[in-house]
Amino acid sequence: MAVFINLTALAALLISIFFSPTKTKQGIKKALVKALGLAPQMLIIITAIGLVFAFLPPEVIRSYLGGEFDLFQLLFSAFFGALMMIPSLIALPLAGSLIEAGASYTSVAAFITTLTMVGFVTLPVEIKELGKKITIYRNSLAFIFAVIISLLIGVIM
Amino acid sequence: MKQNNKTDSGADTAEGGQREQKLKIKDKLFNLFKVIVFIAILFIVFKIYLPRYFTTAVVVSARYAKEMIMIFPAVLLIMGLADVWIPSSMIRKHLGQKAGIRGKLLAIFLGSLPTGPMYVAFPLASELLRKKASLSNIIIFLGVWASLKIPQIGVEIQFLGLKFAFLRFIFTLISVVLMGLIIEKLVDEKTL
Repeated sequence: MAVFINLTALAALLISIFFSPTKTKQGIKKALVKALGLAPQMLIIITAIGLVFAFLPPEVIRSYLGGEFDLFQLLFSAFFGALMMIPSLIALPLAGSLIEAGASYTSVAAFITTLTMVGFVTLPVEIKELGKKITIYRNSLAFIFAVIISLLIGVIM
Repeated sequence: MKQNNKTDSGADTAEGGQREQKLKIKDKLFNLFKVIVFIAILFIVFKIYLPRYFTTAVVVSARYAKEMIMIFPAVLLIMGLADVWIPSSMIRKHLGQKAGIRGKLLAIFLGSLPTGPMYVAFPLASELLRKKASLSNIIIFLGVWASLKIPQIGVEIQFLGLKFAFLRFIFTLISVVLMGLIIEKLVDEKTL
């Protein structure tokens, strides 16, 4: 996958340069600013992953986020994802490390799905822009569907 | 070089904007600095007091750092270029014009483009709502925008595997479309 993404980026870069070097420069600048914004969170997550592996033995993680199916566990992961504000670019490596450490696919799927689709922190903005009705319907439905999605993924994986 | 700045969305943010951006960059650099100092202190404390845990932590962290470095520059480059080449005015123009299945497919396509965070999508959605674009298409657009962006899916495949990413993509897509249809039924658009 890494090779594929890098090749895509390279192709995009070359095409962009071909059509407009000025715009390409702007794009690279935007990418750098984004990278700078993400870098602190990336470092924290990388450190956190190391600490999780060092201090939490797999049995602990398995008993909280893995093992036999547990509805409470699923809802906990889903609520956690809904409350958190982590850019998904950073949450995905974290999710991968949790799987490696013994968490179940069901928990991780619930976490990622609510993290991206339900925005507890952004509720005020969403209400302001879209109104109370749509916001409440959208977020509660997204939560319900996230639970269903994670159940299905857990069964199939 | 020819002057083709007319389509350039960055052109209207003149010097004031640039100064503001410089300030923002300064803030971000300071943030990064704080985090680096914090982690460095943490590492030193660990190395001295908990050397047994230290090795495991560093080995695992280094492995993930390597994996992230292999993939993130490319992802960020794709996103940066997309930001420049696909301005939100373009999405605004195309979203909500077509009805039926074609409108839904277009909403999915526009939402998946590798551009912009969620706080850009909400005002865009609100504007389209006022222009009486189809509510289900707007809900679909928002859901795809939040959850199924193209470069993020590449990262997901890298860290969680193709099977997981594929299943989540399919199920989320179906959910988002259903959500659009359900909300359209539930909400009477005249009362908004």
